[in-house]
Amino acid sequence: MHKRLRMVVGAALTTIAVTAALTGCSSGGSGSTSGSGGSSAVTAALKKGGTLTYWSWTPSGAAQVAAFEKAYPQVKVKLVNAGTGNDEYTKLQNAIKAGSGAPDVAQIEYYAMPQFALAGSLSDLSQYGFDSLKSKYTSGTWGSVDLDGKLYGLPQDSGPMAMFYNKTVFDKYGLTVPTTWAQYVDDAKKLHAANPDAYLTSDTGDAGFTTSMIWQAGGKPFTTNGTKVTVNLQDAGTKKWADTWNQLVENKLLAPTPGFTDDWYKQLANGDIATQITGAWFPGVIESGAKGGSGDWRVAPIPTYDGTTAVTAENGGGAQAVLKQSKNQALAAGFVKWLNSSNDSVSTFLSSGGFPSTTATLSSSSFLASKPDYFAKQDVNTVLAGASDSVKSGWSYLPFQVYANSIYADTVGQAYQNNSDLNAGLKAWQAAIVKYGNQQGFTVTSK
Amino acid sequence: MSSRAITGLRTKRALDVPGRRRRKTRGSLSGWLFVGPFMVVLIAMLIVPIGYALYLSLFRDQLIGGNHFVGLANYAQLLQDSKFWSGFLRVLVFLVIQVPIMLVLALVAALALDSARVHAAGFFRIAIFLPYAVPGVVAALIWGFIYGPQFGLTGSFNSAIGIDLLQPFTPTWILTSIGNIVTWEFLGYNMIIFFAALRVVPTDLYEAAALDGAGPLRTILSIKIPALRGSMVIATIFSIIGSFQLFNEPNLLKSLAPNVIGTFFTPNMYAYNLSFAGQQFNYSATVAIVMGVITAVIAYVVQVRGTRTENR
Amino acid sequence: MSTLTRPAAAVDDSVVRRSRRRSAKGSGSGLREKKSLPLTAIMIVFLVYSFAPLFYLIVNSTKSQDDLLSTFGLWFGGGFDLFANIRDVFTYNGGIFLQWFGNTLLYVVVGAGGATFLATIAGYGLAKFRFVGRRLVFAVVLGSIAIPGTALAVPTFLLFSKLGLTNTPWAIILPSLVSPFGLYLVWTYAVDAIPTELLEAARMDGASEIRIFFTIAVKLLTPGIVTVLLFSVVAVWNNYFLPLIMLSDPRWYPLTVGLNQWSQQASGVAAHPIYNLVVTGSLLTIIPIVVVFLLLQRYWQSGLGAGGVKE
Repeated sequence: MHKRLRMVVGAALTTIAVTAALTGCSSGGSGSTSGSGGSSAVTAALKKGGTLTYWSWTPSGAAQVAAFEKAYPQVKVKLVNAGTGNDEYTKLQNAIKAGSGAPDVAQIEYYAMPQFALAGSLSDLSQYGFDSLKSKYTSGTWGSVDLDGKLYGLPQDSGPMAMFYNKTVFDKYGLTVPTTWAQYVDDAKKLHAANPDAYLTSDTGDAGFTTSMIWQAGGKPFTTNGTKVTVNLQDAGTKKWADTWNQLVENKLLAPTPGFTDDWYKQLANGDIATQITGAWFPGVIESGAKGGSGDWRVAPIPTYDGTTAVTAENGGGAQAVLKQSKNQALAAGFVKWLNSSNDSVSTFLSSGGFPSTTATLSSSSFLASKPDYFAKQDVNTVLAGASDSVKSGWSYLPFQVYANSIYADTVGQAYQNNSDLNAGLKAWQAAIVKYGNQQGFTVTSK
Repeated sequence: MSSRAITGLRTKRALDVPGRRRRKTRGSLSGWLFVGPFMVVLIAMLIVPIGYALYLSLFRDQLIGGNHFVGLANYAQLLQDSKFWSGFLRVLVFLVIQVPIMLVLALVAALALDSARVHAAGFFRIAIFLPYAVPGVVAALIWGFIYGPQFGLTGSFNSAIGIDLLQPFTPTWILTSIGNIVTWEFLGYNMIIFFAALRVVPTDLYEAAALDGAGPLRTILSIKIPALRGSMVIATIFSIIGSFQLFNEPNLLKSLAPNVIGTFFTPNMYAYNLSFAGQQFNYSATVAIVMGVITAVIAYVVQVRGTRTENR
Repeated sequence: MSTLTRPAAAVDDSVVRRSRRRSAKGSGSGLREKKSLPLTAIMIVFLVYSFAPLFYLIVNSTKSQDDLLSTFGLWFGGGFDLFANIRDVFTYNGGIFLQWFGNTLLYVVVGAGGATFLATIAGYGLAKFRFVGRRLVFAVVLGSIAIPGTALAVPTFLLFSKLGLTNTPWAIILPSLVSPFGLYLVWTYAVDAIPTELLEAARMDGASEIRIFFTIAVKLLTPGIVTVLLFSVVAVWNNYFLPLIMLSDPRWYPLTVGLNQWSQQASGVAAHPIYNLVVTGSLLTIIPIVVVFLLLQRYWQSGLGAGGVKE
């Protein structure tokens, strides 16, 4: 469950890599570029009406659908919560394989987009002229849906990483708010020595967290070129993170509580877990699950390695895409456009606790002025919008990232379990990824 | 008795008609009337999927490159697959430890109830049987809360005694934790089976034993336990099959112990994850077939040995 | 796919008749029926073990979500929110819990009911008729008992997706209809419980086979039928794995899968824990089955017998 941290993404998934990937195995891909009656086809479809099936787990989904149906009474949207993250992707993949049963529109997190895009399962939205919407979104989120010259979805949310910390605990134990990772590790040692029940953060191994941290450290372990994939989980950036994080893992300074469990919420509330390095969607989570910690928590930019340049990565977030299996792709595209670019829809989404991917929102004064009580009226959105601006570019995921993440616990997770060297775990993960990729017909090389 | 013509399924006189063949035909039609529907569904829902699984296991469908016939390559790969064998070994160990413990406990409970020396026996019978009615999902959920190392009961217990004695989610203890849940779920069920078997032992045996001066322990050993042989064999067989199929409990606890319960923790989890995480349906079918064969063989062996011992 | 995860042994009717002389309270060694405190104590230990988690469920159903996260697990919290929780369970997300409840009922009535019916007529047929292919049927049924149900789940899923049956109630009902062990149960019961002479006599009187079955056989087989029905009902009610992989639309979920979805809501970006609903929902899910078992106690306790005495 903790793997689903990735939901509210956005930002710098500038995946330039997946260039020929589509030509490699597309089934009559939607090669048409914009135009060809694109946007008018959408308008016509919306006018004509019809029914759509929409798979999403977003809490605001029902409200958004209701608003859409009010605005377009001829269109009926059937909202189905087919599961969160992986659960939905499994069903989606099964439906795609079976040739039927897939929805018209599906919510897909950024890390899984290449997987569905590569397989040729998603409709190219540039044929409807949606490229013109580029300026509405952050470059990072746009980069995650604009793959290889084709547009596979419109961003819904984003998750630039920041550091959420419990100020009450920090004050109690005299910890400085860290701006470098070295300071972070020092704080971890200090806190745990003073109180063996408390930890600076919790981490039992999470593929999304790991990939985001490698991303922030400048690593680029996955490159894809058509069906050729290179994996190097020991490149400079990866090692930089692993060596830093090893100090926490090997010295048992990480709370051994898996994320999103009952125990985890309790520890966040009572201060036994003092920080969380995670995506900008976290306030909604902690507000609803750890009410006991209200007033204690704050947000700060994520620590960096050099302490001078602000840099972060995305963790979570996704987009909505149109499935090729849809019998009414133009109508589905119209729905997606309304969902992620109309003011009504975006504001409904925001009110349920998501973190936006739209540039307008991120720079709006009302958004930036938000001062939640939970964070003792700190203007958290200013900090988080700043994070959104400092997302590092150049990252890409594997064309089978969903699978790779599913075996993370079997490999890297063992290093966490045994409090041993993360690099060894990463190498094991790499070996498993290479083996699977080759078995599936990709040409995967290990660097 | 005059012979009458048989019309369709109406058998007017069972004792009628000389030819055994005619009787068999009559019986055949009626027999198949009753057995037919079941067999149709059995073939559709059991035989056909097995056949399809066999067929799948001979192919390999790749994300890039499509579907190919590969003959026995999947089986060859499986024989050398350490993930599979580690999962298999695990359920074997689980079986060898959990099944005897559970059955012995069920036996003790059944014997205690049968001795008629327990207050409110009826109440105990029902209450101990209740966990069987609880869905696996709910059982795993409740025990997951109880096992919580920080705030669950184990956490509270550990804080109360001051040391970290109970650690249900560590690699050393995880099988025990799961075994506990399974025992909890099926203890009452097995107890009832044994109890019902004990109930049909004729009282004359007890009277004879009492006349011979046998005490309660002797009675148990010489009368009750032998009477339970058959049901013990059956209970064992189905516990074995259940152990090999272990999936629900570890899968539901996985989020609480993500590094300890891997994707190949049991063979069924392996098959499930191969299909649904990796889209490797062919290999998954291979795992299912091999596990099915192993299970059937072991069940058969236990059945043969069990009945042979009985007939000794 | 077998609906009986753990089958029961068959009853041996003649032995049951012989044993009727035994008192209802059990045998003992005959003479001494003094209640024993140590034995009762042992049983109390078993009882506490079996009941403690259920007690946990009951106690925590009275807590609100906030209380759940802040109070001790095994005792009551500050307030008594049971009725609020129940109301929330039934109204959450547009009353989907009731939908799940209805689905489960549908699967149980059609699936378990159908399985019992098929197993009963087939068991009767196998026991009381000599027909061509009988031995083969018998071998196939015995063989299929040994097939692990979960081994079939994935191939069945793939088959059903080719047929377009996934995500429909048929995906749950059809596999539930097969109960090889139910058939075995009824068969062994019928062999003894139904005297062939009775059937012959009825045939001589001109009754059709179907009429004979419904008027004579069913009455004699009742304890066996109820046993098979009860265990099929439990198996279908508690079925989790099959619906999990077959269904993608929550509107078709049974209670088990629905509860699991609710508990998953505690994780991920949209995390919004509703543990109180999960706990209360679980309690509500168990109650119908418990009630059914209590009401039909005498049937299933006599329907289970010594399979081993007569193998």
